[in-house]
Amino acid sequence: MADTVLRLNDVRRLFDVSAPWLARVLSGSGPRTLKAVDGVSFEIARGETFALVGESGCGKSTVARLVVGLYEPSSGAIEIDGTDIASLKTRASQAPIRRRVQMVFQDPYASLNPRWRVRDIIAEPIRTHRLVKGEAAIAARVDELLRQVSLTPADGNKFPHAFSGGQRQRISIARALASEPEFLVLDEPTSALDVSVQAQILNLMKDLQRRLGLTYLFISHNLAVIYHVSDKIGVMYLGRLVEIASKADLFARPLHPYTRLLLDTVPDLAMTGRERQPVRGEVPNPIDPPSGCAFHPRCPYANDRCKTERPSLLASGGNLVACHAVEEGRLPGWPLQV
Amino acid sequence: MSALLELRHVRIELPTRRGTLVAVDDVSFSIGEGEVLGVVGESGAGKSITAAAIIGLLEPPLRQTGGEILLEGGRIDNLPPDAFRRVRGKQIGAIFQDPLTSLNPLYTIGRQLVETIQTHLQLGDKAARTRAIELLQEVGIPGAAERFGAYPHQFSGGMRQRVVIALALAANPRLIVADEPTTALDVSTQAQIISLLKRLCRDHGTAVMLVTHDMGVIAETADRVAVMYAGRIAEIGPVRQVVKHPQHPYTVGLMGSIPSIGGALGRLPQIDGAMPRLGSIPPGCAFNPRCPRVMDRCRVERPDLLQADGTLAACWLHAEQVAEGAVHG
Amino acid sequence: MAADAIKAGLVRRLWDADLAYSFRRSPVAVVSAIVTLALILGAVFAPWVAPHNPFDLSTISLIDAFDPPQWVDGGSPDFPLGTDEQGRDVLSAILFGARISLGVGLFSTVFAVTLGITAGLIAGWRGGLVDAFIMRIADVQLSFPAILVALLIDGIVRSTLPHDQQDQIALVVLVGSIGLSGWVQFARLVRGSTLVERNKEYVQAARVIGVHPMRIVVTHVLPNVLTPVLVVATIYFAFAIITEATLSFLGVGVPPTEPSLGTLIRIGNGYLFSGEWWITVFPAVTLAALVLSVNLLGDWVRDAFNPRLQ
Repeated sequence: MADTVLRLNDVRRLFDVSAPWLARVLSGSGPRTLKAVDGVSFEIARGETFALVGESGCGKSTVARLVVGLYEPSSGAIEIDGTDIASLKTRASQAPIRRRVQMVFQDPYASLNPRWRVRDIIAEPIRTHRLVKGEAAIAARVDELLRQVSLTPADGNKFPHAFSGGQRQRISIARALASEPEFLVLDEPTSALDVSVQAQILNLMKDLQRRLGLTYLFISHNLAVIYHVSDKIGVMYLGRLVEIASKADLFARPLHPYTRLLLDTVPDLAMTGRERQPVRGEVPNPIDPPSGCAFHPRCPYANDRCKTERPSLLASGGNLVACHAVEEGRLPGWPLQV
Repeated sequence: MSALLELRHVRIELPTRRGTLVAVDDVSFSIGEGEVLGVVGESGAGKSITAAAIIGLLEPPLRQTGGEILLEGGRIDNLPPDAFRRVRGKQIGAIFQDPLTSLNPLYTIGRQLVETIQTHLQLGDKAARTRAIELLQEVGIPGAAERFGAYPHQFSGGMRQRVVIALALAANPRLIVADEPTTALDVSTQAQIISLLKRLCRDHGTAVMLVTHDMGVIAETADRVAVMYAGRIAEIGPVRQVVKHPQHPYTVGLMGSIPSIGGALGRLPQIDGAMPRLGSIPPGCAFNPRCPRVMDRCRVERPDLLQADGTLAACWLHAEQVAEGAVHG
Repeated sequence: MAADAIKAGLVRRLWDADLAYSFRRSPVAVVSAIVTLALILGAVFAPWVAPHNPFDLSTISLIDAFDPPQWVDGGSPDFPLGTDEQGRDVLSAILFGARISLGVGLFSTVFAVTLGITAGLIAGWRGGLVDAFIMRIADVQLSFPAILVALLIDGIVRSTLPHDQQDQIALVVLVGSIGLSGWVQFARLVRGSTLVERNKEYVQAARVIGVHPMRIVVTHVLPNVLTPVLVVATIYFAFAIITEATLSFLGVGVPPTEPSLGTLIRIGNGYLFSGEWWITVFPAVTLAALVLSVNLLGDWVRDAFNPRLQ
C-alpha cells in the first residue's frame, strides 16, 4: 500500500453569502449558503502528482486552500501524513505539519510582496521555521534555492517588478521550496503565463519533483497541461468530484459525461478536423446548484433519477465515477460515433 | 482580389522619458473579404497594440509614427477622430476580452444595441428594436425579446460576450477585430463562443482579425495566421501550414512547447530565455539570442518576410535556401 | 573610496528616480518646497536666526512699541517688520511663533497618523465585530467638525484641571486634541487598503508559510498601505497648522506665554484698524504662505504617486 501523504474525507466547505442582516429582514429573504466544496474525498500517494480539473465555481481552488490551511473545513477530515489537522488545536502544534505543505499561487504578479526584495521573500520561510541559523547561512541557502529554479544569486537583490511573469513564478517556487516541504499545492501555476514560458515552468516542476521527491496537488482547467504532468486526475463540478481516474484511463476511456464534455472542448491543434459534440448551457451559479446530480441540466443522458438523486462515487474498473448512467450501463462507448 | 484591410509598414512608438520604445516595428499584412486572420503571439509581442491601432483606440502616449492602414483602399490611420469614429462603428466592429467592462452596466443591453444600430444605420425606433432582437436571437440569447430589457449584470460571462458580439455586428461591419474574446471565459463556454463567431462571420461575410495567445483557438478558427514576436511578424501563412509545418524557429519552438493530449510525455521542448522587453530588443533578428539555428547574419541584419515552404517567414535560413535554389537552378 | 562611489551612486539614483524627476519638472513643487523649507529652517533655528528674543523680558522696552516696518517712515533696521504693543520685534515673534505652529502641526499629525494607521490595520485585518466597532466610533466622530472636537477636548481638560497646571500641559493637550480630531480619515484609508491587500496572494502566501498574523500585518501589509497615507498626511499637516492657529486665535490654543502665529494674529487684530497693521498682517501672511506651500507640496506628492497619471 503506497504511503499516503494527503487524504481528504468527505470534506465540505460552506460560505455564508446571505445579504446583510437588515436587508434580509426588510426583504424577507432567508440565509443563503454557497457550498463551495460539497463532500470531497480523495487520496494522494507519496511522489505522485494528483490533478484537480474543472471550470469556474467547481471548488478546486477552495480545495487547494483547505489543504494548506487558508480555510478550515466546515465538516470532514483532512489528514496529512496520517494526522488529522483538526485534531491539532493551536497554531504552534500545527506548525510542523504546515511547514511540510506549501503552495504556489496562480497570479505571479500578486503573489510576491512588491515592497520586499526577492532575497527576503525567499528567506521568510527559512526564518519563520528557523531552519538555518545565522545570516550568512541563510544567504547561502537563498542563493542555493535561486539556483535551483534557474535564477542567479544577483537576482536576489532585486524587487519583483524587475522580473517577468515566468521568472516571478520561479521565485514563488523557490519560496515554496524554502521551507523544505514534502508536498506542494500548485494552484493553476502556469495559467497566467505564455505558452513557451509555461513549458519552462512545467519542465522545472518535473525536475524538482524528481530531484527532491515531492508530491504534488496540481490544480488546473487546462486538460492538455494536466495530461502532461499528472498521474491521477480528479474531475470536479460544482463542488463535487464526479470522476477520479488514472491519467491513461481518463483520457482513453472517460466515463462521466462532464469529463467527456471537457475533453471535447480541448482545441484540435492536430487539425484532424474532428467534429465537436454540441455543448449545452453554461456552468450554473454555485449558490443555486441543480437538484440531484448537479450536471443533469446539461447532460445528454439525464433521466428522472438524475434530477432527484445525487450520485455517489462508485468504483468502475479501477477508477471512480459518480454517474447514474454509468451505474445503469446506459453510457455509450468512447469516442462517440458521429 | 483587393484586400479589405491592409497594413503597410506600420510602426507604433511609445515615447518615454528614457527614450522612445518601438512597440510595433514595420508590420505589414492584409485581410481579405470574409477571411479570418489570426494574430498570435505572447505577451508583449505587440498584437493588441496593432489591433488597437486598427480600431483607432491607441492609447496615448502610444502613437503611430510610420506606415499606413488602409480599409478598402482608403487610408484610415490619418483620419481626424470624428471621421474615424464613424468608420469604427460602421465598417469595423470590436470585441474585447472582458465582457464585464465592454458593456455599460447602467444601461439595458437592448438600449445599448439600439443606440449602436441607430448611430450607424438610419432606422427608426421600432425598426431598430426589431433588428436588435433579431441580433440577440442570432447570437443565441434564449428568450431574446424578454431579455431585451435586462442589464449586463443579469447575464453570465458567456451570455455577455454574446451580447458584445451582437453589438459588434449591429451595424453590419466589413471587419471585426476581436482581441482575446474568449480568454476570460470557461473552456466549455470558449468553445461555444468561438463556434458562434465563426458561424456568424461566415453567414454575414464579415472578415475577422482574431488576436489571441491561444494557438488552439487559432487552429480551429482562422484561415491564415500571423505570428508576432517583439513587435514584428515572424511568420505568416495559411493556418494549416503554420501549425503543422512551421518555418520560423520561433514558431517551431512555440508549437513544440504546447502540451497536447496523447503527445509525448517527456520534457516539453522549451525555448530558453524570454521575449525581450521593449527597451532591449537586440539588433538584427529579434529572436537571435534564443534561436537554436542562429547564424552570424541574424545578429546583424533584420530579415524581411521571405518565402519559405508554404508560408512567409522572417528568417535568414530561408534566404539561404532561396539562394541555393537559385544557384542550382 | 568604494563607500564614496556607492554613496555617489545612491544620490545619482535618487536624483534620477521617477519621484525626483517629477519633482524637478514641476515648478510649483520646487517653489513650494523652497518656501516650506525656508520657513521650517527659520522656525527651527529661530533662537539663532531671529534678531531678537521676543520673550526675554529684559530686552523688551515699551519705548520701542508700535514701531512700523523698516521701509515705512519711523521704522528702523533694528526691527525689520516693526514691533507690537509691547515692543517685541515682529519678525522674531513670527519666527518663534512659526516654531510653535510647526511643532504643534507636526506632532499632532504624527499622532493622528499613528492612531489612524493602527486603528485601520486592526479594523481591516480582523474584520467582523472589531471592524464594525472601530468604524462606528469613526462614523460618530466624523459627524462633528474637527475644530469642534478639538474645542471639546480642550474645554474638558481645562475645566477638569487646576489652573496652574493648565499652561504646562496646554501644548500636549493641544496636540492631543488636534490629533484625536483627525485620526479617522487615516483609519478609513488604511482600513480600505488593508481589506484589499489582505486578500492578495502574497499575504496568503505568508499565512501558508506560517508567519504570525501580527507579523504579517506589520511587515507585509503596512508597507503597502502607506503611500496614500503619506499624501493625506502632508495635507493634514497644513490643516493641523490652521486648526492650531484657529484655536489660538479663539484663545483656547497655546498659552499666551508661547504665542504661535494664531496668537500673534489675534493680538494684532485689535490694532488692525487703528493703524498698526503690521502686527497682524505679517503673521497672517506667513501663516498663509506656510499653509499654501505645504498644500501645494501635498498636491505634488499625490500626483507623483498616482500611477495612472504617469
